Amino acid sequence: MLGWELPPHNSGGLGVACINMAHALAREGADIDFVIPYEADYSNIDYMHVISATHLDPIYRYGGGAYESARIEEKIIEDKYHPEKMSIRDVQMLYCDFIKTHMMDFKPDVIHAHDWLTYEAGILAKKRFKAPLIAHVHATEFDRAGMNYGNPLIHEIEYEGLMMADEIIAVSESTKRIIHEKYHIPLSKISVVYNSLDEDYCKSDYTYSHDYRYIDAMKSAGYTVVSTVGRFTIQKGLKFMMHAAARAVAKNPKLLFVFAGDGEELPELIELAAELGISKNVIFTGFIRGKKLRDIYAISDIFVMSSVSEPFGLTALEAAHHGDALILTKQSGVSEVVWSAMKYDFWDEKKLADEILAIAQNPALRESLRDNAKNEYSKMSWNQVAKKCLKIYNKSIKHKR
Amino acid sequence: MRAICLYLHIHQPIRYRQYSAFDISCDNNYFYDDYNGRQSNERIFRKVAEKSYYPMLDLLEKNMQKYPEFKVSFSITGTWLEQAAAWAPDLVRKIQAMVKRGQAEIVGETYYHSLAFFYNREEFNAQVEKHAFTVEKIFGSRPKVFRNTELAYNDELAHWANEKGYKAILAEGWDKVLGWRSPNYVYRPAGCDKTRLLLKNYRLSDDIAFRFSNRAWAEWPLTVPKYQSWLNEACINGNLINLFMDFETFGEHQWKDTGIFDFMNALIPSWLSVYENKFVTVSEAADLMEPVDEVSMPSTVTWADTERDLSAWLSNSMQTSAMNDLFALRDRVMETGDKKLISDWRKMTTSDHPYAMCTKYWNDGDVHAYFSAYASPYEAFMYFMNVLRDIEYRIATDENEINLE
Repeated sequence: MLGWELPPHNSGGLGVACINMAHALAREGADIDFVIPYEADYSNIDYMHVISATHLDPIYRYGGGAYESARIEEKIIEDKYHPEKMSIRDVQMLYCDFIKTHMMDFKPDVIHAHDWLTYEAGILAKKRFKAPLIAHVHATEFDRAGMNYGNPLIHEIEYEGLMMADEIIAVSESTKRIIHEKYHIPLSKISVVYNSLDEDYCKSDYTYSHDYRYIDAMKSAGYTVVSTVGRFTIQKGLKFMMHAAARAVAKNPKLLFVFAGDGEELPELIELAAELGISKNVIFTGFIRGKKLRDIYAISDIFVMSSVSEPFGLTALEAAHHGDALILTKQSGVSEVVWSAMKYDFWDEKKLADEILAIAQNPALRESLRDNAKNEYSKMSWNQVAKKCLKIYNKSIKHKR
Repeated sequence: MRAICLYLHIHQPIRYRQYSAFDISCDNNYFYDDYNGRQSNERIFRKVAEKSYYPMLDLLEKNMQKYPEFKVSFSITGTWLEQAAAWAPDLVRKIQAMVKRGQAEIVGETYYHSLAFFYNREEFNAQVEKHAFTVEKIFGSRPKVFRNTELAYNDELAHWANEKGYKAILAEGWDKVLGWRSPNYVYRPAGCDKTRLLLKNYRLSDDIAFRFSNRAWAEWPLTVPKYQSWLNEACINGNLINLFMDFETFGEHQWKDTGIFDFMNALIPSWLSVYENKFVTVSEAADLMEPVDEVSMPSTVTWADTERDLSAWLSNSMQTSAMNDLFALRDRVMETGDKKLISDWRKMTTSDHPYAMCTKYWNDGDVHAYFSAYASPYEAFMYFMNVLRDIEYRIATDENEINLE
């Protein structure tokens, strides 16, 4: 398995999905070598071999800078051994070198590569080990660019990886559609395997300890708390949500919107809230994770996934776990699996406002959404994911022979 | 003598549109969606008329002309009659002609196809009366036999029907109530002296209404000789087969290409070809024989789902709170005397509305989802509650006007 990150060194859902999937596959009897592009202590993982492709510190896995497209093309090859000047592209090269030159007595049955970051290495491995390549698409560059064009280099890598893959796993029907429509990959090569909720997430005995006292106070004053979580980028459709918030507040001033996260759109969003005259109804928390993030879910009544495009959207399941009523855009993968949610098109501000108002005003609606969504996600599991992956592995091995 | 009592239920709700929170207090058009909109009553009515009402009424009419002993009973809701009057008045004329020839009988029910019996007896009586009045005006006489919405029946309803002097009342012939008894007889509801109880033979009815086109069914395809052999078998235990179903079974639930029309066209003469066989209307069925036994149903039995209860309409908290809030407004709505407001409120009592909020099998995407005009039960509830808020707003403005006068 070729991956880019594993918790706790993860920046988002990719690492969480990878470790859960690998663990479930191991339980199904798979023998996994998991290659990561950095060095860290994973002695707690005993169900698979974690192999480091470089001696880099985990923080350099997305390059010396932030995870942004502009830096990817900057080649600083001569400074290869100065990690602080390294770009994500250099790390990818080192990762490929490792696949090409190391791993001598290695005979995998299949190669499972996660996202464009590892597709090149996947192709090299396919050639070297003569094993089928499974490309797992957690997101495409089209998603990351909010359905705009995005970075051409990444497109090229994605296209090549998807073309060379023997089988493709997409995390939702909408991702499958994008792969088919934008990269012209035949549908028969793409299988949909939905993610599930992190198992540790459900098990841990979290309780809300009332750290957000201001929001608590507002709630007891009759406010309904509406939250959204994510990177503030064009992909997340947050400006539409802000406009919807303004419409809803005009009808019901006792609404409090919590925007949890950080990203390039933050200044614009702050400005927009002010322009719309709802700054008092909007709270920006900055980037949060772990318990603080759980607190936000726990304190919220409604969780909105406003993405213009979202391959899956694990945060919605986390929010459902903490008892939030869900409002999801029809463009999100998670809306394909969760029936017990209000849904809208990402541009339909009026409908989103309507849905927020309806849930705020009708306890029966909020309770029904909450209880039924819990019922639904409790039926999903990573074991099912692993079983589906194994089927796809076997299919690809048969084809090879 | 052996008789089939074929009873067809004709109904279309008046669906509320996607009525936004931003429409409240600004716009009291609840029921007129754009022609191509999801809740467009006109579009849906015309579609079902095309697929089911026209071809099936033609089929029945032709058979009645050919076989004077062929008879049918209809229950027709007020909401259907209103829509037919607007978009397909010739449908009503066809039924009028059948009634005039004595080959069709109209069954009484609530005008708005509501569950008012379980919420407000006064409102229930008013809706039944409005229906009877309308039926008399259009078809010439008041209904003599009663059916409650969704065939929802209990002993209390039977007492009510007995007091009102109905000749018979219709109910589901549910095994859990009947036990070893056969639905193919006339029964007496517990404690009633005048009213008779006619019970649906749900197996033989559902063979046509639900299973006819199901290729996974061991008996598929259903042929007339096969079905008639089942009818003959059923007549061993009684001689009255009550086939109760939705009119839309023919052409809408079972599409034309399943052969449903050909099946009916062949079944009618085939059944009548045996000299002792006939068709009866519901009031003729009640006169057919003396009741063989008394049947008691203390708790409500309907003709829906495997549970045969009201859970498809009134089980989750959205459904119960929507209905409670709706009926809580009743007295204030009536006091305004505002005819338009009263009629708007009453249209919201139609049972199809809480049915659209059903989450019982929602996740499985089954028939409940198929028959819904809304994207989800949650949306159905949301728009319903928005309409209620506007009705409340209108009541308040009317009340203010009354006070000013």
